[in-house]
Amino acid sequence: MTAFDVWGERKKVETFDPATAIERMEDRVIIHADRRDREGRLVHYKVLNELIRQVMAEGERHIVLDGVMGHRYIACTANNKEVYIEIRGTPGNNLGAFLDGPTLEVFGNAQDMTGNTMNSGRIIVHGNAWDVTGLAARGGTFLIKGNTGYRVGIHMKEYGGMRPAMVIGGTSKDYLGEYMAGGTIIVLDLQRQGERSPVGMHLGAGIHGGRIFIRGKVEAHQLGPGAVMDQVDGEDAPELESLIAEFEKAFKTIVPRDWEEWTKVSPASSRPFSGHYDPTSI
Amino acid sequence: MITTHKSPKRRMELEAPDRFRPVVDHELCRKCKKCVTECSFRALEFVDGAVKSIGGCVACGRCINVCPAQCIEVRQVQTMFPPHANFNEHVRRGIMSQATTGGVLLTSCGTDIPYPVMFDEMLLDAAQVTNPAIDPLRETVETTTFVGGRRGMLEVKENGRLYMEKDPGPMVAMDMPIMIGHISLGSVSYNAQKALFAAARELNILAGSGEGGLHKDFNVYSQNLVGEVASGRFGVTGDYLKRTAAVEIKIGQGAKPGHGGHLPGEKVSALISQTRMIPLGTDALSPYPHHDIYSIEDLQQLISVVKEATEYRVPIGVKIAAVHNVGAIASGMVRAGADFITIDGFRGGTGSTPRIIRDHVGLPIEVAISVVDQRLTKEGLRNRVTVFAGGSIRSSADMIKAIALGADAVMVCTAALVAMGCRVCQQCHRGVCSWGIATQREELVARLDPEVGAARVVRLLRSWNEELKEILGAMGIDSVESLVGNRDRLRYFGPNSKIAEIMGVKHVGEGWG
Repeated sequence: MTAFDVWGERKKVETFDPATAIERMEDRVIIHADRRDREGRLVHYKVLNELIRQVMAEGERHIVLDGVMGHRYIACTANNKEVYIEIRGTPGNNLGAFLDGPTLEVFGNAQDMTGNTMNSGRIIVHGNAWDVTGLAARGGTFLIKGNTGYRVGIHMKEYGGMRPAMVIGGTSKDYLGEYMAGGTIIVLDLQRQGERSPVGMHLGAGIHGGRIFIRGKVEAHQLGPGAVMDQVDGEDAPELESLIAEFEKAFKTIVPRDWEEWTKVSPASSRPFSGHYDPTSI
Repeated sequence: MITTHKSPKRRMELEAPDRFRPVVDHELCRKCKKCVTECSFRALEFVDGAVKSIGGCVACGRCINVCPAQCIEVRQVQTMFPPHANFNEHVRRGIMSQATTGGVLLTSCGTDIPYPVMFDEMLLDAAQVTNPAIDPLRETVETTTFVGGRRGMLEVKENGRLYMEKDPGPMVAMDMPIMIGHISLGSVSYNAQKALFAAARELNILAGSGEGGLHKDFNVYSQNLVGEVASGRFGVTGDYLKRTAAVEIKIGQGAKPGHGGHLPGEKVSALISQTRMIPLGTDALSPYPHHDIYSIEDLQQLISVVKEATEYRVPIGVKIAAVHNVGAIASGMVRAGADFITIDGFRGGTGSTPRIIRDHVGLPIEVAISVVDQRLTKEGLRNRVTVFAGGSIRSSADMIKAIALGADAVMVCTAALVAMGCRVCQQCHRGVCSWGIATQREELVARLDPEVGAARVVRLLRSWNEELKEILGAMGIDSVESLVGNRDRLRYFGPNSKIAEIMGVKHVGEGWG
């Protein structure tokens, strides 16, 4: 904490020197997020984010965050395409919010709102990513090895050459792709057990753009309003193939190409409110 | 498909008759046909050598102003609905329209229902004998208003020096306690938004960017702009957040509490598509809630992430519509870390809203602002934030009373648009505004000269500020900050003393002792 003397004198009362958390290697820089100050408190997210911004500004391209314990807002608005941030531990909510370019790889689970309003970049999670992952993303790629929670990929949108994509290795819960206005979501359900559907209820509720591919069974009653179900066809193959290849490469796994078991969910219309309103002035 | 024109073919004997009709004095008419080409609602036609009304007039008044012979007047059609005080004309017209279209009635601007306006039921105080009035032309009356969190605390140390224990946080100074509200590109035209932004820069005040990002041409105004993070997150990028002078998280809007935004595909032109970053011609839907905010704790996270995104360099605010529990919600917003909060009353304007919500949901701003001020003061939070009040600030009198009721500054939208030509005809949602304001059609947008529009808004708001100084001087107050929440300088002069009690305003006739 810094105290300010209003007459111009500025005195530092640092209780923890953030510089000691940085370890510089030849090809990378490690930030130890599990450092504690002399009162035993964990490095605050503000300090951690400031350190990340500082090493990025110094030109570091490979940043390792070690011992992350629920630190929120990691790398939000980072905008250098060449930056690769390796996160060891469990990042907190809003990981990579407004991200624009960098690659974040989490060796652990991600929490809620990962990649909130992401513009571009890649977020790779070697674990689960929970609720509202990819909220309002308009670009970039999410690769999730494990399962996801509720309201994932809601209000993703695409524009021009920007198209967000999300590949989920496991399952997802209710309201997947709600309000979706663009982009692609793939649910692979690689740990399939029995006949259980890999997605929940209200699938694609209010969807008016984009597409959701599900490897597994979807019943008509799971669909939300505005969503229609279809078979995967040849037109979808190039995009599916390239995203699945990316997933396989990231997690060194193999995804079966059993297309007959896949379902495609897409919007019935790009104008869901057509006819809903009466514009007559009374 | 939303029809933007009421075509003559659609009219049936069961539909409601028109409310307005342009009447041309054919003796004076020069047959220049200017009114026909200028009528974007297509209510006029040139047939058999004369201008005729063909229905669909909304009384926007464009034809009256462009007629070189001044031979057009617009009359209210006195259709004789059988008299009935309960099933009044307004109600019956709604039924007729919905029976034809089967839709949710859409409308725009603020509510036109004659609810009581408490601003008009309050009188201000003035200085007499016991305290001197100030002449604002000769003495300084300060109207500079600071926007931002006030977390600093001064402490007198043993050595006699003053210390500020905490970083006071980012602040933005405005020359007057007025902000031009959030009017998005999409709801209004490029030229209209340019005029508003240019006016804000000229006046050194803030203007809201509205939801939908910032057009690249408007980056020059960014130091006078408040960016908006609304539920659709349209156009919200790290770059956008870092550019503006402040950022506001929009939870709600007075004209449509609890409703999301809906820009119909017709209005999503190439320009809008580019700024909002959505495909051409698709509906731009803002979800009703923010799906990352289901509680005050969640709001705190979004405020924190925006603060982190802007590296703590700009104030972050939250805007809500005034609703019944507004006091407690405002308290939560401040505790969640908002540097400024905006309360938008139910009479506020909009470019499109379901009529049912506009006319029947929310709280009047007079009550809301005073309840919020009292609650925050009671909880010891009021000194931490800047409070904006919006929702139909029609004149400097409304502004002064809103400040006396507890706002630091007011938010003005409709009045600024009226200054540029808007006639409040409530047709913004149809996208064919004849004044070039609420439209995306190039030929209509070109009718509004941004320089002229900006100059008119500048003159309007400067004169309001002068009027504010006059009133402050008359009260013997030399700084607008001393009027904030000074409810003792207000007296209620209306029929409902319970409202006065809730607002914390004494009745006329009550003195100090």
